[in-house]
Amino acid sequence: MTDDGELRAAVASGVVGSTESFQELLGAIVHVARSIFGAKASSILLLDEEAGELVFEAVVGEGEESLLGTRFPADHGIAGWVLATRTPLVIEDVEQDPRHARDVAEGTGYVPKGIMAAPLLTEDAALGVLSVLDRPEQSLFSLQEMELLGLFANQAAIAVDLLQRARHAERILQDEGDLAVVARLAAAVNALEDERREAGLRLLRALAATLGDAGG
Amino acid sequence: MHDEARPEVGAHAAEPGSRPLPAWSLPKDQAERIALPMEWPERVDREWAWGGSTGEGVRVCILDSGVEPTHPLVGGLESAVTIAVDEDGETLVTEDDVGDLSGHGTACAGIVRAVAPGCSLSSVRVLGQGFKGTGNILLAGLRHAVDEGFDLINMSLSTTKKPFAAILHELADSAYFRRTVLVASAHNMPVESYPWKFSSVISVGSHEEEDPLAFFYNPNPPVEFFARGVGVEVPWLGGRSSVVSGNSFATPHVTGICALILAKHPELTPFQLKNVLYLTATNVGGGQ
Repeated sequence: MTDDGELRAAVASGVVGSTESFQELLGAIVHVARSIFGAKASSILLLDEEAGELVFEAVVGEGEESLLGTRFPADHGIAGWVLATRTPLVIEDVEQDPRHARDVAEGTGYVPKGIMAAPLLTEDAALGVLSVLDRPEQSLFSLQEMELLGLFANQAAIAVDLLQRARHAERILQDEGDLAVVARLAAAVNALEDERREAGLRLLRALAATLGDAGG
Repeated sequence: MHDEARPEVGAHAAEPGSRPLPAWSLPKDQAERIALPMEWPERVDREWAWGGSTGEGVRVCILDSGVEPTHPLVGGLESAVTIAVDEDGETLVTEDDVGDLSGHGTACAGIVRAVAPGCSLSSVRVLGQGFKGTGNILLAGLRHAVDEGFDLINMSLSTTKKPFAAILHELADSAYFRRTVLVASAHNMPVESYPWKFSSVISVGSHEEEDPLAFFYNPNPPVEFFARGVGVEVPWLGGRSSVVSGNSFATPHVTGICALILAKHPELTPFQLKNVLYLTATNVGGGQ
């Protein structure tokens, strides 16, 4: 993001305060995914690029309470493969795979038997992985389901992208970065009412005009 | 391939010791020098294309998460290396004693082995060195595989990173001219990804039929062929097996079929091989 873009994001976030809404949206996506596929669980894993780990950002169903926020290495297991290769994948009996069980089910006691996973992609980055665990065993997997999974993953990718922008903006607001003061000003003025708000805006406009002159 | 040496690029029908043909033109008196040595039947069918072939002598590379070498359904590897890229951008190729980190590469190797039991399999592992730099490692791995002169490289993966597209394109073209055929998974999500969209590779999507040798030519590219990609039983980690779906698993079916064809017709260029695939596709005449 450019400095200008960062500033805009911070100001927008200061006014809107949206991180929670995007998190709710992710929660809603995994809920719908689980219910459409009739699965036992669904989750969204986000890539923490710095740490090289995948983090459970939204979980519904089995493991719901214990998994949220837990992490595992981003280059291992099925989710790791999906992320690195940007390719969706369906496996119908992962239970037999001890390494997968260790990666994903650690500490939960829940070992999925089947997993469908798709990457969360923006134009040129993989943000994470959407997975749907344990579809009903009697139903045969079809290409139509693969397509549906892809559609959910696209929706999730947009929500994740928004969430990450909002978090980024929030960090700027929380005294990280030179321009945090501007975002705080925007938030403060926005919180004012009536005449005080009008006065605040006048002050900001005057400041903007002065700085504009100074900048030449 | 077989017992004979692999023909050099551009060496068709050339007299031993004769001057190579100019690269970009064909003088009038030279036309007979490029007469093709093989006789093509009036109708190319599967019997002609790969009847009796096991893929023996064809060297296939699995560019993936590694391959479990001891898995009975993989049946041994000719070689296994892992790729890393150091801080200076230098490629490090080391012998791989880790095997497979996700099961995916083992699954792909098993599918190729099932279709072409006689072929030689090698693993070039480009995943599992940490998440950072996976794009660079993928490129380095592909470059290594092309340099090694494999006949076929199975790429059940893609990248969406635009900066890599141009280099991948160059590599795919150089493989094509060196007679290394890249078989690459098409992406089944609406995103731009590479290298499957390049016309110098063979791109593969999935169909839902159970016949491992059923494959369809797609008259509406960029995906060129559809092969079995749903409910495929494959080898998985720890000597076990699994049932999997995705274009990743359709791709090695086509790689295996290519190995059968190349073992029987080692003189085929990638262009000719693609033609044979087309003529023997299930929805085209020779597929019957």
